[in-house]
Amino acid sequence: MAISLMSGKVTVSATVNGEPTEWLCEPRETLLEVLRDRLGLTGTKEGCSNGNCGACSVLLDGRLVNSCLVLAVETEGAEITTVEGIRGEKGLTPVQRSFLEEAALQCGFCTPGFIVAATALLQANPSPTEEQIRWWLAGNLCRCTGYDKIVRAVQKAAAEMRGEA
Amino acid sequence: MTTEKQYRVIGTRPVRPDGVDKVTGRAVYGADVTLPRMIHGKILRSPHAHARIRGIDTREAERYPGVLAVVTAEDLPDVDVVLAVGEGGDVNMRDASHNIMASGKVLYQGHAVAAVAAVSPHVALEALKRIKVDYEPLPPVLDVRKAMAADAPLLHEDLFTDTMGQRSEHPSNIASHLIAEEGDIEQGFREASVVVEREFVTHTVHQGYIEPHAAVAEWRDDGQLTIWCSTQGAFSVREQVAQILKHPISQVKVVPTEIGGGFGGKISVYLEPVAALLSRKAGRPVKMVMDRAEVLAATGPTPGTYMKVKVGADAQGNITAAHAYLAFEAGAYPGSPIGAGCTTVFAPYRLKNVRIDGFDVLVNKPKSNAYRAPGATQAEFAAEVVMDEICEKLGMDPLEFRRKNGAKEGDWRPFGPPYTRIGAIECVEAAQASEHWKTPLVKEAGSSRRRGRGVASGYWMNWGGTSSCTGRLNPDGTVALLEGSTDIGGTRASIAMQFAEAFGIAYERVRPQVVDTDTVGYNDVTGGSRVTFGTGYAAYALAKQMQREIAAKLAAIWEVDPESVTVEGDRYSAGDKSVNLVEAANLISEQGQQVVTSVTTTPHNRSGAFATHIVDVEVDVETGKVEILRYTAVQDVGKAIHPSYVEGQMQGGVAQGIGWALNEEYIYDENGSLRNASLLDYRMPTALDIPMIETILVEVFNPDHPYGVRGVGEVPIVPPPAAISNAIYDAVGVRMTTLPISPARLCAEIMAKNSARA
Amino acid sequence: MHAIQYAAPRTLQDALEILQEYGAKARILAGGTDLIVQAGTGARSVDVIVDGKRIPELMHLAFDPADGLTIGAAVPCCRIYEDPQISRRYPGLADAVSIIGGMAIQGRASVGGNLCNASPAADSVPALIAYRATALIVGPKGEREVPVERFCTAPGRTVLGEDELLLSLHLPTPPPRSGAAYLRFIPRNEMDIAEVGVGVSLTLDEQGTISGARIALAAVAPTPLFVPEAGDSLAGSAPTEESFRRAAQIARDASRPINDIRGTIEHRKHLVGVLTRRALERALERARQAG
Repeated sequence: MAISLMSGKVTVSATVNGEPTEWLCEPRETLLEVLRDRLGLTGTKEGCSNGNCGACSVLLDGRLVNSCLVLAVETEGAEITTVEGIRGEKGLTPVQRSFLEEAALQCGFCTPGFIVAATALLQANPSPTEEQIRWWLAGNLCRCTGYDKIVRAVQKAAAEMRGEA
Repeated sequence: MTTEKQYRVIGTRPVRPDGVDKVTGRAVYGADVTLPRMIHGKILRSPHAHARIRGIDTREAERYPGVLAVVTAEDLPDVDVVLAVGEGGDVNMRDASHNIMASGKVLYQGHAVAAVAAVSPHVALEALKRIKVDYEPLPPVLDVRKAMAADAPLLHEDLFTDTMGQRSEHPSNIASHLIAEEGDIEQGFREASVVVEREFVTHTVHQGYIEPHAAVAEWRDDGQLTIWCSTQGAFSVREQVAQILKHPISQVKVVPTEIGGGFGGKISVYLEPVAALLSRKAGRPVKMVMDRAEVLAATGPTPGTYMKVKVGADAQGNITAAHAYLAFEAGAYPGSPIGAGCTTVFAPYRLKNVRIDGFDVLVNKPKSNAYRAPGATQAEFAAEVVMDEICEKLGMDPLEFRRKNGAKEGDWRPFGPPYTRIGAIECVEAAQASEHWKTPLVKEAGSSRRRGRGVASGYWMNWGGTSSCTGRLNPDGTVALLEGSTDIGGTRASIAMQFAEAFGIAYERVRPQVVDTDTVGYNDVTGGSRVTFGTGYAAYALAKQMQREIAAKLAAIWEVDPESVTVEGDRYSAGDKSVNLVEAANLISEQGQQVVTSVTTTPHNRSGAFATHIVDVEVDVETGKVEILRYTAVQDVGKAIHPSYVEGQMQGGVAQGIGWALNEEYIYDENGSLRNASLLDYRMPTALDIPMIETILVEVFNPDHPYGVRGVGEVPIVPPPAAISNAIYDAVGVRMTTLPISPARLCAEIMAKNSARA
Repeated sequence: MHAIQYAAPRTLQDALEILQEYGAKARILAGGTDLIVQAGTGARSVDVIVDGKRIPELMHLAFDPADGLTIGAAVPCCRIYEDPQISRRYPGLADAVSIIGGMAIQGRASVGGNLCNASPAADSVPALIAYRATALIVGPKGEREVPVERFCTAPGRTVLGEDELLLSLHLPTPPPRSGAAYLRFIPRNEMDIAEVGVGVSLTLDEQGTISGARIALAAVAPTPLFVPEAGDSLAGSAPTEESFRRAAQIARDASRPINDIRGTIEHRKHLVGVLTRRALERALERARQAG
């Protein structure tokens, strides 16, 4: 066979939060498992492990994905951004700041996923309507807030990033 | 005391102290804890809803490479002690022990039968497959009414019905029958000109916190046990673990991590004692994390019910009599929130003739647990739908009816002293005055859509409980505030704000921390809507105590009578001497002294929180799907310490209530196997399912708290199911009496109505 | 312990060689949104995962008015609806791919994977059938083409041989004056599996009479269900409420749903009627706009 299969522990190299990163993992391990258990990036949360809660949202080559639905071996050569990699020049980004100011979190467990998803949204669409925000965030479950303050926080961050606030 | 007082801190909206960690991913939750040499535990669960365990063979699992410990119920001591477990009420620790590790019988699908600790979670899971359990399946009983039948299969052969202190002759699945009575309902129904009686069914629902249960335990060779876990009550975990393991409470330390939601479901222990046993056997720290299917199948959802409510009213719209029959599914062991269901069912109303019968009934489902206003949502759903029908028959405005019959200070309530100052009527009046209520609703919305509006009220009692705080005055005049109430929704902020207000300093100068059970005095659980009230009360008492201590120390330095030292904001003065807090801190520390103060308070909270909600829905009459168009929640919050987080509690409660009303339910097959144990098919609302939720905060001062605070967290989940059912009736003319009002159920009712008409 | 092996071949040939060696034990990984869950829970026994996303042919997406639309089997949903030309030409497909899971799912999940997973509730499949899509299958003996309506054979099973893989899907260019739509019913507004899904396409002649129509259903049979007689009933008819109701009734009668956690037989059959009519109305609107 022209190509050999990877088994046992595999070395994977990727860029994680801007840093060249290398790790060993088994092919079965998800990106979520590797981020949390091998790289110590526990900001990415596990809520369901089957793509239905969004707590494990990360950016993979700039695209929003559920890290529980990505095999870590697939990310060879990729750019991965987790919540730990979302930082502004002066610390918090407008999205993070507006989540705090608008009280858009209660228990805070879903918050990293929302921060990542909202960041991806505002990169793709700087002026989303309420409907578009709700549509984009529908894959991220929050059980505490009823989403009201989350939607408002995203609207506020969007306005700030557009230079309106 | 007056509500008109001007505050510096209370009522403002500062950023929460733990906020930055939570938006940057730095905050440490249960599953984020890692210790050196840590290994991983997993639980083997019963595939049967009801079966006798003939034997468990763990030998092959023990030999499996990488396995370090295996435990079963044999490793747990016999216990027989009743312990008050937060909102869960009094729990027999023998039941709690059997619930975390089945002994003799399995009583629900998902019941734990054995656990393994191994070098990785994957190895532990592989080892579980090698444990052989010999089951003798027994017929399961899954429906509350069937479980009450005399010939029903029994879950516990030694359980008898307790009817207000009387024990039944024969064993039964009915653990208790509560009765609350006032006046004469027969007479009351005779006085009525309209009487409505309906039956209701609700299904099991889950709290749905996004963080699965997680615990790490380290049992050292000297018997010192430390547990890191996500819990609503570190002290409650300490007590439960100590009782279940018969281990001295002084040797158990519980370190609460951040908690990713609880809503009543993270009070009982599930993993903690098992992780401790595995750690003791393996000699290594053990981490256990549930997956989502385990959370749904094997923690403590809140009960399904069968209910019957009958209400009579005279032609003027005065309620003359009310009767409720409430049967709640306790699950595998006694202890549904039936008492609270009885207390709340008619709570928003002034009643002269009333009878409430409540039944706590065992079924082959997981042991039920508290869920935000436990028992109230089901009971008040039934009552509030019946009240709506009374209004319809009387041709009376439903808010006017609620105002006219509204409960007031001094009115009777079941099992308790009469009401103190409450805001039931104020909430109804605020709803009547709301923009939402005053805006007419256009009912037609295209050929297949109809709109409707509904209202409902709700009540949840407040609990005071015990809270402790420790304050340490730093040399820079800031205060380290140590608390034991885990912060689920911003209570570090609401406690620090009350402390800052009382202590005369800025909010930013208080550094609140939630600490472990060795570091602060006892705290009851974060539950019962009590933390901002009860721990806030303790923080207030702490501030006053610290001021007295500072004054006393300054008096000694200044050689004046302590009584002569006055405190104004952060300034301490006596005669011509006057220092601010920073100067005072320095003076005191120059003497080689420190102000480190601890208080423990257990205030009465005889009050409670009322709410009235208004909802507009749009029904697709061809599919049965319901859209929430507009929602307004009015609530008596006593005093909003941090209004954003009060609004957030109201909005979050409404969202859970909407989920309960429309889509959430446990679906079991006939064998008692849970078919929808995932967040795909246990359908909690997404951002697309809920509109913006308008909030109206009514502030009726609570005389039991220095700032008038009422617990706000729980009552907002109560009115939504009834308000939505009433709105659906307004839209399409069918009374929905089963929860959830799923599209299939509503569609079937609409079609039945249409064919009856044709 | 059950270990999984992995390969990320860069050529079709390499992928086929692996399939030849490992047969049914190997699975092609596209977006992974089904496969990774199935492999993780043991719901599907997988020994070898073959990542298809580094094979250029599987990531190929192209539209040409003469040839139609080609969708490589591993192309994620988002690439389809983010392409304005494809969305405009194939609105019924855009309907389907923009509601498969949330944004995070759509960035990974592929139409090819949706088809190969062979769930009767797959959202994209009725839309593909409505568009007369064919599946291009490649194996050691070369290529073969299968109409999408014949691709799934049972829940989780397809016509793919153990040594074959799905290379791409091909959708002919819709004729002038045609429109299509996919509608599904779910209890929430997102993140659910279809209780019922209906994909339709219809074409009008110059007089505005329906010259042809296709109707396919999701979640009402063991496989995605093509109901040719429902579409055929519309040929030669004016697009009226009556003709739509008749077609909807035929679709409803053809459906044979089961009771499960996502719906009842009664509600599902009823929804087939409602959604077929509504989908036809939407397709008609689009056909008229297409001009």
